[in-house]
Amino acid sequence: MIGIVKSFGEHRVLDQVQFPLREGEVHILAGENGAGKSTLMKILGGVYAPDAGEVWLRGRPVRFRSPREAALGGVAIIHQELSLVPSMSVADNIYLGRERTTRGWMRFGHQHDESTRLLGRLGLDVHPRTAVGDLPISFQQMIEIAKALSLNAQILVMDEPTSALNEPEVERLFAVVNDLRRSGCGIVYITHKLEEVYRIADRITVLRDGRWIATAPARDMPAPLLIRHMVGRELDERVTAGRTIARSDAPVLLRLEHVTVRSSRRGGRPLVNDVGVEVRAGEIVGLAGLQGSGNSDLLWGVFGAFGRRRVSGDIRIGTAAYRPRSPGWAIRNGMALVTNDRQRNGLVTGLDVVANATLAALPRVSPVGWLRRGEEMALATDSTRVLRLRAASLRQRVATLSGGNQQKVVLAKWMNIQPRVLLLDEPTRGVDVGAKQEIYQILDDWRQAGHAIVLITSEMPELLMLSDRIVVMHRGRAVTAMERAEATQERILHAAMGGD
Amino acid sequence: MSPTNIRVPSEPPSVASRGLAILSRPWVTAILALALVITLGLVFHGNGAFYKWGTHRDALRLISVYAILACGMTVVILSAGIDLSVGSVLGLIAVAFSILVVRWEWSAWTAVPACLLLGACCGAASGSLIAWFRIQPFIVTLAMMVFARGLAKKISHGEKIWSAQTPEVFTRIDSRLWGENISVVTLVLFACLIVCWIGLTRLRWGRYVYAIGGNEEAARLSGVPVSAMKIGVYALAGLFSAVAGICHAAQEYQGDPEAGATYELTAIAIVVIGGTSLMGGRGGVGLTLLGTLIIGYVDKILSINAVPEANRLMLTGAIIVVAVLVQRRKS
Repeated sequence: MIGIVKSFGEHRVLDQVQFPLREGEVHILAGENGAGKSTLMKILGGVYAPDAGEVWLRGRPVRFRSPREAALGGVAIIHQELSLVPSMSVADNIYLGRERTTRGWMRFGHQHDESTRLLGRLGLDVHPRTAVGDLPISFQQMIEIAKALSLNAQILVMDEPTSALNEPEVERLFAVVNDLRRSGCGIVYITHKLEEVYRIADRITVLRDGRWIATAPARDMPAPLLIRHMVGRELDERVTAGRTIARSDAPVLLRLEHVTVRSSRRGGRPLVNDVGVEVRAGEIVGLAGLQGSGNSDLLWGVFGAFGRRRVSGDIRIGTAAYRPRSPGWAIRNGMALVTNDRQRNGLVTGLDVVANATLAALPRVSPVGWLRRGEEMALATDSTRVLRLRAASLRQRVATLSGGNQQKVVLAKWMNIQPRVLLLDEPTRGVDVGAKQEIYQILDDWRQAGHAIVLITSEMPELLMLSDRIVVMHRGRAVTAMERAEATQERILHAAMGGD
Repeated sequence: MSPTNIRVPSEPPSVASRGLAILSRPWVTAILALALVITLGLVFHGNGAFYKWGTHRDALRLISVYAILACGMTVVILSAGIDLSVGSVLGLIAVAFSILVVRWEWSAWTAVPACLLLGACCGAASGSLIAWFRIQPFIVTLAMMVFARGLAKKISHGEKIWSAQTPEVFTRIDSRLWGENISVVTLVLFACLIVCWIGLTRLRWGRYVYAIGGNEEAARLSGVPVSAMKIGVYALAGLFSAVAGICHAAQEYQGDPEAGATYELTAIAIVVIGGTSLMGGRGGVGLTLLGTLIIGYVDKILSINAVPEANRLMLTGAIIVVAVLVQRRKS
């Protein structure tokens, strides 16, 4: 029904990708984080324009210049972050931007009746005048679908729709998806869960590193083949070879037992469910997991970033019991957290390098509250020199640095608290190749200095290269742990997608 | 997926662009603006009035109370907040201070600390609501503005508190020192500015204020005690409101429950004209001093040239808009 060939962007996020979708099928779009799935769907939905290539719809080439045009053309996309206005009613949300009017006057009755009909079709018992924000996430997702139906969408794209849902909610969603398939909709379904793939897929398309790899009926692509397609690349042997392994008699610096992190949403699925991990001094433990696996949430929870109420379980730092309270408490206990988004919560980009590099360690250079500016400067100078920060001046605002150098400022900030335990979430995200190598070196230096490091990274080679041990998470649980020697891309991905 | 890499041009900046960069510093623009205003004063000198020190002394005296409020406001705005209640708290303290010294005949040594404590408590109450219940500062301080005004009217029964025999503390605060050359209130302002400057640039506390204003989430994850800091920041603003309230009562020789209405807006204007960003995290109390002088002199120059008040207000409005536009061009 559609033949798409596209390349896109300077970085070639998508290179000559094709994607055929038939009427009345559920088509799984699979690939690792960063494979280009979202970009492809954004082109379909009119968010981005392709550099080359065409979208064909029912035997005719179409070019959507905006999400609105795509919607009117029958393409509806349900993003992971729902795009509803919480304070407005169900009916108003369904018709947002396309209000039913007669000479400018709202036809509330008409909207109301139409909404009721759509909701009925989805088997949803909700009054159209309810405020969307008062409904559970699963219902909100249904309302997104109702909105798509009201547009007579022929193509429905769902990006990880089950990530926030519990079991009964997932069942209800699948029932609706089956129903839509029967009525002739083409459904593109993006998921990281093997179980879901084989429950609903008619066909599967795999993308890898921005390229089309394969399209086949689901029964012709069993899980091992699917994963081989997704991983694909051969690893350079040298990446994993030759490195001292942490001594198994080194003391355990961080021990997590039965750690659970609850969702902020009442009755929501726990973000992290009964996880146990041990990290020794001089060891890097990789925490693998696809989006929504809860690996980042585990780090945030342990660091106290969710406060003290949402985290339970036994945690020890060294031999001392530790309970998460607040980031300040974690820091005083020798713990550091590098977050995966330095612009949003890693740096104060309006302040200079010195202020950022010493922010977490200020009590050290101002024991009674009075800043010892000389000591502060010395601390900033030393730490940034060790990390080979390239900045015109340490009084430069952090916003004016390159991504790699900004990340080094983040690392300097945490180095300056002299941590024993480092929690690193995507420490090389948005950093160029050269800076990546430098950061690898820094992490290895820290490891050899006897720190305990927990590492999250969505780049598989990075994970295999840096980790002594890898713990894989799926839907909030630690499903497998493997030693460095036995870890392979295929095994990790299989476990991360919930395979047995 | 989306690279957040920001590239920096590798070649050294040219002389011209470096000159522009200096021009875009907030304190440079503020000094230029002040120089412009003073030049205008030298030209339109109001029959030589601008050349007399007394004119400058009075300009400073008139703006001082506003500027004391602006000190606290600077700290609040640096933390990416806003405090609309400072004018009302000023009124409340003016009344409370008058009641203490006029009716109850407390000595200044007890009345002043009591009033400072009351002001700080008002601020701490706002700060607690903002920090613990995560209500926007605008709403909380708006509520405090109305509440404090009500309290001022309640304790004064809606009447001005004064006596035929002006208490000595009033005349002392309203006097001039050093051969009548500078008002005590102006000295109080300078003390407030110095306290703020030390707090913001020499204490860990100040660094935390900037960090919270620049990126609250990053500050929190770096171990900054955000809630305690916010309570402290608003308490400080309340404390400065109390200082201003005491000065205001002394200058008027009475406690007027209506005192300080709309003063919060002048205080915000002073901070913004100085060049401190309303988004938080950028600026400083030095800029607020410049903003104070700009607003104070504009007002004085217009009044010595007998410009009617209506026109003065309109002009001040225009100046605020220009100041904000200049600020935005920089960022």
